[in-house]
Order: sequence, then structure tokens, then C-alpha cells
Amino acid sequence: MADLRTNFIGLKSPNPFWLASAPPTDKAYNVIRAFEAGWGGVVWKTLGEDPPVVNVNGPRYGAIHGKDRQLLGLNNIELITDRPLDVNLQEIKQVKRDWPDRAMVVSLMVPCEEQNWINILKKVEDTGADGVELNFGCPHGMSERGMGSAVGQVPEYIEMVTRWCKQHTRMPVIVKLTPNITDIRKPAQAAHAGGADAVSLINTINSIVGVDLDAMAPSPTIDGKGAHGGYCGPAVKPIALNMVAEIARDPTTHGLPISGIGGVTTWRDAAEFMALGAGSVQVCTAAMTYGFKVVQDMIDGLSDWMDRSGYTSVDQFVGKAVPNCSDWQHLNLNYIAKAKIDQDLCIKCGRCHIACEDTSHQAITNLVNGVRHFEVIDEECVGCNLCVNVCPVENCITMEPMAAGSVDPRTKKTVDPNYANWTTHPNNPMAVTEAAE
Amino acid sequence: MTQQNAAPDVAAGRLSDEEYKKNFADLHPLLAPHEAMVEADRCYFCYDAPCTQACPTSIDIPQFIRQISTENPAGAAKTIFAENILGGMCARVCPTETLCEQVCVREEAEGKPVKIGQLQRYATDHFMETHETTPFTRKASTGKRIAVVGAGPAGLSCAHSLAVEGHDVDLFDARSKPGGLNEFGIAAYKSVDNFAAREVEFVLSIGGITLKTGKALGKDLNLADLRTQYDAVFLSIGLGGVNDLGLENEGKSGVLSAVDYISDLRQAEDLSALPVGKRIVVIGGGMTAVDIAVQSKLLGADDVTIAYRRGQGRMNASEYEQHLAQTNGVKIMSWVQPKAIAAENGHISAIELERTAEENGQLKGTGETVTLPADMIFKAVGQTLVSADLNGADSTVQIEKGRIVVDADRKTSLDDVWAGGDCVLGGEDLTVAAVEDGKIAAASIHRALSA
Ligand SMILES: Cc1cc2nc3c(=O)[nH]c(=O)nc-3n(C[C@H](O)[C@H](O)[C@H](O)COP(=O)(O)OP(=O)(O)OC[C@H]3O[C@@H](n4cnc5c(N)ncnc54)[C@H](O)[C@@H]3O)c2cc1C
Ligand SMILES: Cc1cc2nc3c(=O)[nH]c(=O)nc-3n(C[C@H](O)[C@H](O)[C@H](O)COP(=O)(O)O)c2cc1C
Ligand code: SF4
Ligand code: SF4
Ligand code: SF4
Repeated sequence: MADLRTNFIGLKSPNPFWLASAPPTDKAYNVIRAFEAGWGGVVWKTLGEDPPVVNVNGPRYGAIHGKDRQLLGLNNIELITDRPLDVNLQEIKQVKRDWPDRAMVVSLMVPCEEQNWINILKKVEDTGADGVELNFGCPHGMSERGMGSAVGQVPEYIEMVTRWCKQHTRMPVIVKLTPNITDIRKPAQAAHAGGADAVSLINTINSIVGVDLDAMAPSPTIDGKGAHGGYCGPAVKPIALNMVAEIARDPTTHGLPISGIGGVTTWRDAAEFMALGAGSVQVCTAAMTYGFKVVQDMIDGLSDWMDRSGYTSVDQFVGKAVPNCSDWQHLNLNYIAKAKIDQDLCIKCGRCHIACEDTSHQAITNLVNGVRHFEVIDEECVGCNLCVNVCPVENCITMEPMAAGSVDPRTKKTVDPNYANWTTHPNNPMAVTEAAE
Repeated sequence: MTQQNAAPDVAAGRLSDEEYKKNFADLHPLLAPHEAMVEADRCYFCYDAPCTQACPTSIDIPQFIRQISTENPAGAAKTIFAENILGGMCARVCPTETLCEQVCVREEAEGKPVKIGQLQRYATDHFMETHETTPFTRKASTGKRIAVVGAGPAGLSCAHSLAVEGHDVDLFDARSKPGGLNEFGIAAYKSVDNFAAREVEFVLSIGGITLKTGKALGKDLNLADLRTQYDAVFLSIGLGGVNDLGLENEGKSGVLSAVDYISDLRQAEDLSALPVGKRIVVIGGGMTAVDIAVQSKLLGADDVTIAYRRGQGRMNASEYEQHLAQTNGVKIMSWVQPKAIAAENGHISAIELERTAEENGQLKGTGETVTLPADMIFKAVGQTLVSADLNGADSTVQIEKGRIVVDADRKTSLDDVWAGGDCVLGGEDLTVAAVEDGKIAAASIHRALSA
């Protein structure tokens, strides 16, 4: 069995699966249950200063459901912990003492004054916790008070607060980033400049999860009104993956340790984050949907996949997909693929046909000699992959690359074996022509 | 005492009230909203959907299923009713396993079709629960009058379509109650809670249809008069007669026509008052045979055997129906034909069956026999058209193989007479096929009258 032990910026845990700072890590009771279930570490629910914040007393969650009410996206308007600081600190201390092999990170959010940070860092250090995470991400409730994403959206503040923290504690500092920003590289660069040991991302995304058409108010509705909240769960994973990759690829932040968060539900999701550079992953919604037991298959599945793939430790594949993250203008325009339908697998639903016919390139038949039959017309297929995505049968339609030297029946041009991208394409007005000089 | 000499055991009230209730409860209860959503989500919204092609009334199935999944069940029902005004009954009685669900791509993919019939019921039940009338509005009156004879599914469908077009319809039926076999024939557990009658009321809510019960063609009415009194006539009289076995003792007490018995059962206020034999033999292999076998079993019969003259695979009853019979404890005996009926003191006591075999496509008795003791024998060997009812002076529709001949528009050999449902040649003897016939005929009548 593969070795899942993780050493993330000096924080050791038996596996890379941590619970993100959120309700599952709000109390000793929950965290102990999580450790019993096998979670490698936790980021304790964000602590603030006393008096504690108050939460709404009506519904705080809303959701997007897929088939059979599968929860795809969760929205929340919860704030940071609403329990007194001392209670949390005592519990953190006790739990860390009882579970020394698990990573114990404490999430923090206090007003943007150096003294406030000095005070809280001291208290956290006394608990014996392994590290802190600066919550610059919460998009609702706290940002209105000049904290959370209000800080996370201003790179200068991130740098400043990070620097204070590094200065005033010996604990590793993780900066948690908000996705509610146009270019995620900027806050990551700021955290890096401030001396952060790592960044974690993403926090939740500003969202209105739906509108109650009877109440004519955003849902969930509290006394007739609704407020935007933070979106998370499987639906946000693609956004999170991209942001993680952006930071991993950026020359300034390349190599900065990343704790990947956002929609991690299975071992595969975790492996994908890790391939894009995450040294650990954090989970919230999956645990809130299914309970702590979900970690067991994450552990088992990841280790099984590692065995199958010949990896013996996690650092062997962390970041391995980063070099293959490219940009559009560098993709090979001489690579030509055609869709191909496996007639044995095809169940003749016709979805590929109507998708291509109505919205793409009229490249799939529906009748051949009067018989219901779905087949790609190579003369028309541009290889867009839409049919692959809409086909309900897995692997029924595949994209087959054309061999160099063969003729593309659509363009009647010979497939060029050489790599060529947009930057040198004749249609590009800004093409760099080597022959110019 | 051996079984052969036992006194006939035919008795009512074999079961407790609870058992009757349980046995004759809805075969497929209405899907709960969540079940319907989950099932609707299984539909792939196929292009040029195979299920629609297989539906005799061409209901846009992917469309109505999508409407269910978007929480628009009333819209779903409208999609269904647009093609099939008896979509509610069809959802209950269609042998979907040989129609839409047989060709559902999910059947191909995983052997589990989308439950189209049950979703159709979900939508139509919802609509009928929440609406007083059909979703259609009558067009302005055309002043044309049409006689529809027979208020079964074919007649109801034709009358409704004609009424929508603004024609006035007189809907005649020989019986005192409309509905045809929906009311008198369909197995009780397929149409519970008086659904057939409620559906007739729903269909008639369109207006412009005058129901005239107790009016039999050939007795109270004749075709020649109808042709002079009306602009067009639609014949939908079903099959009023039943085939006989042609055996001695067939007239003795204990030999019954399955359809008559089912009709009594369907109309019974109190099932416990219905006498049923302890040992029953059903002769036949179609839907009627299965229905009578299953229902007599459910009434408390001990031992029910369907005796079919060919192999089980050739039975007209679908595989699903055969399975239903067998899971209800009915025995299916194939390759046997009735040879003689034994009777004692005016009541039958046993049936002698001869084994059969097929030689060059010809069915032959082998001479070998087997005798089954029986308290009741049900004949379910097909129904016949009572053609004498049709033909009076100088109004004769062409008849072939005992059925009315019609063209693709369901027009008979007479220019102003159309026909559909079980009484026509080439039909499938299904409720849904009868509905389609009525719909096609109505469109043709409308075209003819508008010309
Ligand atoms: C026992 C049984 C079970 C069945 N189960 C199913 C099933 O599960 N699913 C399915 O799809 N199909 C089933 N069928 C077949 C289905 O019921 C028929 O195909 C369908 O009812 C035919 O409709 P119709 O309108 O042509 O005739 P009918 O339903 O027979 O209606 C004919 C109407 O005409 C009236 N009539 C007859 N003669 C005259 C006259 N001379 N003058 C005036 N009125 C007259 C009758 O009273 C009746 O109301 C079953 C049939 C039987 C017998
Ligand atoms: C109810 C709820 C409360 C949360 N509270 C916090 C918090 O106090 N501090 C924090 O840094 N993130 C908080 N988060 C964000 C999560 O830690 C995590 O970043 C986000 O949910 C994305 O991960 P997921 O898709 O696995 O849920 C909260 C999320 C939820 C759903
Ligand atoms: S790849 Fe695109 S163009 Fe080609 S058949 Fe599929 S949908 Fe049509
Ligand atoms: S979408 Fe897939 S299964 Fe459906 S017809 Fe096309 S290839 Fe066949
Ligand atoms: S064939 Fe099946 S999956 Fe396709 S539209 Fe019909 S019910 Fe839906």
C-alpha cells in the first residue's frame, strides 16, 4: 500500500486529507469524531475576537441539486465561530494533545491592526497547534466588517497582515485566498511577498443559489429577505482547479506550497488538485453532505490508484500536471482529431446528432439508408468534442487523432507532423514570423 | 372420495374483506413526486425518440417526461392529451413492455427502460386531479352532426376530437354505462377507484357530445337511418360476441365466458358476493385469459390453470402478463387443447385436454390426453364482431375475416361511414390502438366535412 503520509510545510499528517475550516471543525466534539474516522488534519473553524459573532437563526444553507437530489453546490451565510475564544482555545489544546499525529491548523480572522494579530497569535501558540491559516476569504458577513474577503481582495493588505504574522509567530502561516477576485495570482503573489509558508484556496464564491419565486426573494429566505452567500461543493471544483493551477504555474509563486480546496468529494478530486500542485487538500461540503466516513474511501481510493500508477509516496505526483497546463495560443493547431462512434456501445439516443446538428457542425447522421444510425461525417467534423460530452454512454464516442501525413477530409489538407500554434499562424495579425529578418 | 366425484366447489366470500382489498388494489400505485422526478431524470430526451415512434398515438414522450422533470406536470399532461385524450387509461393498461418501453434506449443500454407508462400516469392523474375539464377549447360550432356508435376508447377518442373541431356528436352505446372495455373489461387492479367512469366524464367535459346510452345499433338504431340523420357515422362497437369451444356440455353450469365474468367482476359492488370456483381452467392465451386467471386467483380460487394450445412463447399475452400470471400462482400449461368437458348433475366437473404438436406449421392433436378436475371453465378464445347489428337495408359496410374493412383514414366501404377499434380488420386489439383509430377517423371526418 502506497505511503500517504504527508509533510506539508512541516505539518505532518497520516494522509493529505484535511477538513477545511468550517462547521465540521467548529468544536472538539466534531474534530474528535473526524480524527476517529481517519482525517489527516483539520483547520479549526475560524477564530475571531470576543465577543463572538452571532449567526442568523433562520436557514443558513441553500443548495443546487442534480439528479435524485444529489447535492452539487452548497451556499452558506454562516460566519466565523460563534463560540467564545477561550472555549475554542482550550478545546484545540486538548484535542492536539490527544491526537499528536494529526495536523492541527487554526484559522484566524481579526481586524486589520497589528496588535490584534499579535494578541491572537500568542494565544494560539499556547495551544500547541501546528500552524495558522489566515482567513482572507469569507465573502459574507465578515467582509462588511473589513475582514475576510475585504482583506483578501486587496493584495497590499494580504502582504501586510501576512508579514505581521510571520514576524510574530514561529508557527507556519497559510494564507487562505478568496476566489472573488479577477486574477488569483495577485493575492497569491502578495501572500508570497509577505512571507507566507503556503496558500490555501479556494474559499467560497459569492453567490445567490436561487430565487424563491413565491416569496420573490433569494433563497434561503429569512423573514422575506435573502442575502448572497458563499458557494462551495462539487460545482466549484473546476474554478478551484484553475485557480490552483494559475498559482502553481505563475513564475513568482511557482513552488509555493498550496493546500487545495473546493469541491473535493472523492479521492480522484483530491488527486487532481494534487497533480496541479496541491500538497494537501481540504474538504468541507463532502463531509457536510455525507459525514466524516467519506474520508475512508478517499484514503483507500487514493492509495489504490497510487499503487496502480506506480507511485509510492504523494510527493511523486504532486505538481506533476503543472508543466502540461498551457495557454490557448500555445496549443498545437496541427493536431487534428475526429469524433468516432463505437456502434456496439451506441444506444441510439440521437443526442450527439441533435447537438451537432442544431448547435455545431452538422457532422453526425441520424438516418443511413432510412435506418436510425448515428455516424460521424469526417468531412464536417471539426473535432470539437461536444458529442463526446453529451453522449450518455461512457467511451461510446471518442476523439481519434489523425495520423500525420493523412488528409483531413474536411479541409482536404495533409496533417502536418510539426507543432505550430497561433503565435505563428498566418491569420494572426500579430504573428511572430521568424523569416522576417 | 376422489376429486372427480367431488361436488362442484363454487363459492362466494372465500376471502376476508382485507384480502379482497389488498388483492384488487392498484397494480402500480401512483408514483410519489420524488419517485417521478428520479424516473423522469433517467430519460435522455432522445432525438426523434424511438419510444414516440413505438407509441400508437405518437405521444411526444421525451417532451412530457422533460416537463415532469421541470416540475411542470400539467404541461406534461397537455402534451399527452394532445395526442391521446385517454392518456390516463393508456398509462394504466398499455402493454408498455411491447410498445414504448420495449424500444426505450435505456432498455437497450441496461435492460431497464424508463417507466414511461407510470410517468404518463403521474402527469395525467395530476392534471385530472387539478382540472375539471380537458385542456382543449371547442372551436366555433360547425353545425355538422356526427353519430358515434359505441362509447369505448375508439368512440370516446373520435367524439372528443370531433367536438374540439366544433362538430356536434351523438355518442350511442348499447350498454347503460359508457366506457366500453375500459369500464367492463380491463382487469380490476389496472383501473381502480372508478377511473374509467371518471375519465369518460373528463372526455365529455369538452362539451358538444351528447351521450345516449341504452341505444343498440341493430335494435334501437340502424345504420341506414343514422346515415340519413347525420353528416357522418363512426362505428366503434368493439367485439360483442365470444367464440365457443364447440364441445358438448359447454352449456352446462360452470362454463363461462371470461369477458362476461370480468364484466360482472368490474361492476360488482361487493367482490365477496362473487362466486368463484376452487379449481379453475382457463382456455386461451391472450390478455383476457391472463386477466381472468389472475383475477379468479385473487378472488380466492385455489388452483388456476391456463390451457394454451401452442408454446408459451406464442401466447398473445405479453411476457410481462405471463409473468404476472405466474407470480400470482397461475399455472400455464402449453401445447394442450380442450377435447371434452365432463359434467355431473348439470354442473361441469372436469376438462379433458389433448396434447398438441405442430407439424409443418399445422397444429395437431397427438391423441394423448390429460384430465383436469374443474369447478369452473373460462372461455377466453377470442371475441367476434356481431356483424348482424351493422347491416340493415341497403347500408352494408364491407366485412372481411369477421371485421370491418377500413382504409388508412379508417373509412369503410361507405363514403360517410368510418370505423375503428377492435371491430376493424388489421387492428391490434389494444386500448391505445382504438384511441388512435378514433383520432385518425375524426381527422378524416373533419376534412371530409370541411371540404
Ligand atoms: C378482458 C380484456 C382485457 C383487456 N386488457 C387490455 C389491456 O390491459 N390493455 C389494452 O391495451 N387492451 C386490453 N384489452 C383490449 C381493449 O380493451 C380493447 O382493444 C379496446 O377496449 C377496444 O376499444 P373499442 O372502443 O374498439 O371497443 P370496446 O371497448 O369494446 O367498446 C365498444 C363499445 O361499443 C358498445 N357496443 C357494442 N355493440 C354495440 C351496438 N350494437 N350498438 C351500440 N353500442 C354497441 C359496447 O357496449 C362498448 O361500450 C382487453 C380486452 C379484454 C376483453
Ligand atoms: C457553512 C460553511 C462555513 C464556512 N466557514 C468558514 C470559515 O469559518 N472559515 C473559512 O476559512 N472557511 C469557511 N468556509 C469555507 C470552507 O472552508 C471551504 O473553503 C469551502 O467550503 C470550499 O470547500 P468545499 O467545496 O469542500 O466545501 C465555510 C464553508 C461552509 C460551507
Ligand atoms: S466533434 Fe463536434 S463537430 Fe465533430 S461530430 Fe462531434 S459535435 Fe460534431
Ligand atoms: S449520443 Fe452516444 S449513444 Fe446516443 S446516439 Fe450518439 S453515440 Fe449513440
Ligand atoms: S427512448 Fe427512453 S430515454 Fe429516449 S426519450 Fe424515450 S423514454 Fe426517454
